[in-house]
Amino acid sequence: MSKERIQISEALYDIMPSDYQDLVKSATYGKEDRGWKDIGTSKELIEQHSLCAGCPESMAFRYILASLPNPEDTVMVGSTGCTSLVFPMVAVHNIHSLFGNQNAIASGLKRALSVRFPGRVKDVVVLAGDGATVDIGLDMTLQAWFRQEKFTTICFDNELYANTGGQESGLMQKGFVAKMAPVGKLFDKVRLPEIARESGCHYVVNCTVSKPSLVEKVIRNAVHIAREIGPTYLQLYTPCILEIGKNSMEGLQEMRDSEKPTERFAYKEYVSEPAKQLLAELAAKDKERKAAAKQLAGQVSA
Amino acid sequence: MSDYRVLPGPEHFLPPAAASMGICLPNPGVLWAWNEKAAKKATAVRHLFNTLVECVQPGQKPMLIPMPDYRPKYPKINPEVEINPNHPNLTIWHNRIDCCMFIGVHCHQANLSLKIIRGGTSCYTIAMCAQAGHEDAMLSFRDASVEKIMKLADTVKRLKGTVQPRLASAKNGVSS
Repeated sequence: MSKERIQISEALYDIMPSDYQDLVKSATYGKEDRGWKDIGTSKELIEQHSLCAGCPESMAFRYILASLPNPEDTVMVGSTGCTSLVFPMVAVHNIHSLFGNQNAIASGLKRALSVRFPGRVKDVVVLAGDGATVDIGLDMTLQAWFRQEKFTTICFDNELYANTGGQESGLMQKGFVAKMAPVGKLFDKVRLPEIARESGCHYVVNCTVSKPSLVEKVIRNAVHIAREIGPTYLQLYTPCILEIGKNSMEGLQEMRDSEKPTERFAYKEYVSEPAKQLLAELAAKDKERKAAAKQLAGQVSA
Repeated sequence: MSDYRVLPGPEHFLPPAAASMGICLPNPGVLWAWNEKAAKKATAVRHLFNTLVECVQPGQKPMLIPMPDYRPKYPKINPEVEINPNHPNLTIWHNRIDCCMFIGVHCHQANLSLKIIRGGTSCYTIAMCAQAGHEDAMLSFRDASVEKIMKLADTVKRLKGTVQPRLASAKNGVSS
């Protein structure tokens, strides 16, 4: 796959809105080592978003879309929630599923793509909130993992139902009082990363999105492992600043505070043995590629 | 829009609108050069539009507005720059467009948009369809090929000045 397939018809180029012209001219479709460092120098795959000012979810979206290894051949599956407000502005194929149904949709989609395009790598990435992943869609989430479906599940964990006013979710922390949950959460945050590991996921990460390089690394790993081996799961803390009583500028600090070693979003990673082997192979190939590029650059300058 | 009512019976029996504002709506099927045929069709569409511009009566204003994809980009979308099929009221500017031609729209999106436009406005819809045509368009071309679009452009040129637009009073569904 390459950028060549994404071209505007010359006869109608002038009437295309400038964001599409920019996508064709300077987006990083087809670039092998695309990543968060492309932000600012190339067209991002997200246009304006409709999230609240300062929402960490918008940062997460930008980093994830910059890091997907194969965006032109990726289909994202979303579900009801704040994320569904953003997908219309995303230049990656996406499907909006019924609330909670996202992993079932992705299972069928991945299988259909494998049949329809046998010779081409097609990635499927589910991106849903904690309500869709852990409460309403837990059945579909787990069953997809049990069946070893080859796609990545990303959960934007904001620890409550944000865009309906702050109801309690399974991933809310114990004791937390929200606007629509005045009694406070009576039981612990569901330990979905551990459940994911026990359910057959080959790569599981629990972290915040405060560090773009980290997000890039885990996204690339998760997609590559899902492509070759089996299901992967990322639980990313994207706090809802409105519902936890923070200001627009405080989202980043909230994530930094929550990723300290004793906190609930301290970096946790599980990698299965086959996945470790794959990552080692990919790292070796990457090293080889970089060395070859360096050598080539040396020859050119000499 | 104020005095318009959806009438019983097929809406396509309505007299066509006086085409003072005709819009060509090229869609993903021709806007993106996903194969050689699509690129050629885009050239034909442009030729057809240029011919329309040359041939319209004074005061008429044909426009070419693209629909690059089917994302519901509301409310950020500027309907004078791009079209959003999920919001036909935006697509036809709250019934201020008299005639629109869909080109290169995928079938399911065309069916949806044409139904809504036909049911809720008096905009005259034309579907330039590469398949079997659209029953919800008031005028439907089937198997629209490059040759057929070019032939249509030639015919428009040939008939220039011979067809008078109907009176604006015919627009509101009043059959006489």
